[in-house]
Amino acid sequence: MSLLTSLARLRALDEGIAQPVATVRHCHLSARPMVFIPLKLSGEAAAPLAAMLGTDRADPALLVVTQPRNRDLRFAWAAQVAEVLLPYIEGFMNDTETVERKNTDPYERAIDAPQLIVPNQGGVAFTRLLGRSTRFRRTDGPYPVPESVPLLGRWLTYLGERAAYPGSSLMLAATEELGRHWASGQSSLEDANLAALLAWITTGPTDEAEDPLIWPPAGPATDPGFDAEVLAPAMESGSAERVTEALRTQLEPTWRLMWQAIDLLAALPEGASVAQRWEQDRGSFSGMAVHIAEGAPPQARRDGAVAAAARLARMERAQAAYDVQRAYDDPLVMAEYRLTGEAFAGEVIETVPDNTEGEGRSRKLRPLVVIKTDDPVRLPPGTTLGTPQRRSQGAELVEAAEGLVTLKITKGMGRGRTAAPGAVPEVGERVCYTSLTDDFQGSPALPEPEATPWTHGGPPQEYVPDDEDAQEEWS
Amino acid sequence: MSGLKREGDHVHRLDALRGTTPQQPHDARAIAALAANPGCARRALMDGAGIDKDAAARHLGFPAPFGQSPFAITRGNMFEALVKADGCAELLRMLREVLGLPVAEVSYHDVENVGAHLRHAHTKALFDRAAREGHDAGTLYDHPLLSLRIAGHTAYLEPDVVAFQLGGRFHIVEIKSFAVIDGQADPAAVAAAARQAAVYVLALRNLLEELGHDPLKVSHDVVLVCPENFANRPVATLVDVRKQLAVLRRQLARMTTLDRLLEGLPDDLSFDLLPDEDGRPTRPVAELADALHRTTARYAPDCLSTCDLCFFCRDEARQEGASDLLGRQVRDELGGVASVAEALGLADGSRDPAEGQEEIARLLRNAERLRRECLN
Repeated sequence: MSLLTSLARLRALDEGIAQPVATVRHCHLSARPMVFIPLKLSGEAAAPLAAMLGTDRADPALLVVTQPRNRDLRFAWAAQVAEVLLPYIEGFMNDTETVERKNTDPYERAIDAPQLIVPNQGGVAFTRLLGRSTRFRRTDGPYPVPESVPLLGRWLTYLGERAAYPGSSLMLAATEELGRHWASGQSSLEDANLAALLAWITTGPTDEAEDPLIWPPAGPATDPGFDAEVLAPAMESGSAERVTEALRTQLEPTWRLMWQAIDLLAALPEGASVAQRWEQDRGSFSGMAVHIAEGAPPQARRDGAVAAAARLARMERAQAAYDVQRAYDDPLVMAEYRLTGEAFAGEVIETVPDNTEGEGRSRKLRPLVVIKTDDPVRLPPGTTLGTPQRRSQGAELVEAAEGLVTLKITKGMGRGRTAAPGAVPEVGERVCYTSLTDDFQGSPALPEPEATPWTHGGPPQEYVPDDEDAQEEWS
Repeated sequence: MSGLKREGDHVHRLDALRGTTPQQPHDARAIAALAANPGCARRALMDGAGIDKDAAARHLGFPAPFGQSPFAITRGNMFEALVKADGCAELLRMLREVLGLPVAEVSYHDVENVGAHLRHAHTKALFDRAAREGHDAGTLYDHPLLSLRIAGHTAYLEPDVVAFQLGGRFHIVEIKSFAVIDGQADPAAVAAAARQAAVYVLALRNLLEELGHDPLKVSHDVVLVCPENFANRPVATLVDVRKQLAVLRRQLARMTTLDRLLEGLPDDLSFDLLPDEDGRPTRPVAELADALHRTTARYAPDCLSTCDLCFFCRDEARQEGASDLLGRQVRDELGGVASVAEALGLADGSRDPAEGQEEIARLLRNAERLRRECLN
């Protein structure tokens, strides 16, 4: 959190309504998102209790495990979830586009991809656990499960992993995305309550949001009072219908909140880089689909040393790119960097469009621009700069003193003797430059998994799912 | 001798604060939670006096937002029973196999057999003998009753744990029902378990010291037993609780210096709930609230998961417009500007910075200018 966000929170507290901390939407929103609200039995690691899910806000599916400790009912429930989720996911696989690549074969990328939206981070974690507890199951042997169950497990695992990938929109947590766009007047801990956060954004804070009788928790844990007074007696009565109806009362309010959250996010204009990140999501989704189609084994329980290092490096690069892209897309995010002196904005007061450096053949065009700014610039001369106004442009800081910044443009003004029209900002134009650049960072050189050094445990054993995995207890 | 007298005084003062309300015994969870917010005078005083904070919060109309689901309780009890079944057979298997401990032969003592009133004395005697004889054979002690001095009062701890002796050292075993999945568990749950186990380690060390033995005979490595993956099969892990022990010791030392907090209090201050015959509080709510408001709380959003009084203190922070409401991060960011109005006044320039506030005021003004520029 930055001082800018802190200030927005203070303002929200003072005015009694959440304040924007973004001017554009930084996540992709599908035209047909799958809203998924899972509930689990308290005290158990991953015993599903119920889920409300669907793509139609008027017609959610309610799937319930009426006796959560019964293993057969649990797998039947997983198969029911698969009946809803798998056709939705597979529906995106067939419409593809061919993507050409340098030095390697072209590949097929889905035109659109699935999007799973859960209420909060707890929902993401539980989805991952559901994936973990189902992906190793077998359709034959001592405890056979329907064919769809292990497949569902692999997709839930995949989506859960993507949710941790910075900038990915294949699986979103509603409270996280709302919190990225609005600052409430409560702590970030309390923002994890979907009802409370939405109240701050729409009508202002209300104590009702914390009353489980009015707004039941958005899961995956249920309200302990509800467990004691409603759910436990309903289960003891042995009436499946009573259990189902009890759980409906806990899920329906959250269902309405989820669509309210989606509407709020949809009302924001989409950021310029969102499509680019969604393109990566689509590519990743198609890659996973191919992986499964080719009969690869389910995701291992744990990454080997090399795979883990590679994953970490990928995520770090994605995080860096995501931060830079959001700043370029959104002046309010860029303002955080202006506050710390890593970016500045102001009016162009002077330009030397035909300035050159060097002599003879090495003579280069280096247009100069002088900008008047109120921002505290903390960048040394020679810093490489980029600008959201001209994304292909590169510049270098020449001098910064007393509110005046001189920079020279080094890239992206054409190949001619004079700069291409529009490449050099005009006097009077408002511009923003920053030292943040989305430069591609090479991936670290990692050994092949077979060559994992002994310091990291040596080459990992190849993962082969065994009977023990498939028959693992789920009690 | 003056030290003794002082302690007597402050015990007397704490008893007066409690009045007719029966003393709420401390359990390990409560003692561990003390470390969560060491700067809160209100909590230190109420805990010191032994006031039931949950009852107080309910009476004030601010019941705490946490409860435990009956499903979770059942599951926890079931798991503990499983681990301890047949004289802790399952536990032994783990100590041998998982931790590779050379536990050959084991004797098992269920301290509970002697009846509640004798348990602490019996526990003491058993540990005294074990520490003196220093025999190498493993011994399991089920249901021991330990004690710890908290602010002049003795708190009895009834661990659901077993202490076992191995190679002359005692180990605390903590049984928890949260799952370890593929070698990973919820970090918050593990941290809470470690804090709680540290309380037992400390109590056992004090016990040995009292008996004239080396307190370090109690290992700082505790054995955490949890279900593995999605099954009920237990798995044991060693957890080093040295850090938690250090925090706890510091915190308990602070509690015994409650005198300083007590000195500043008005003489007529009382937290008495005035319970009637059925134990229902009858103290007028406004009067109790007023008494609490006369002590300083240090509300932070983290209190919402650890302290029964959290909603009461949050409400107070709201009335005062304290920036604490927004969390420690925001408070740190504001560098000592405590009230919302003050921070906003510095930001829009309607308030002049006090001495030492120039830098944060400059930053806030800049932030305000940037927000206005971007949003208009």
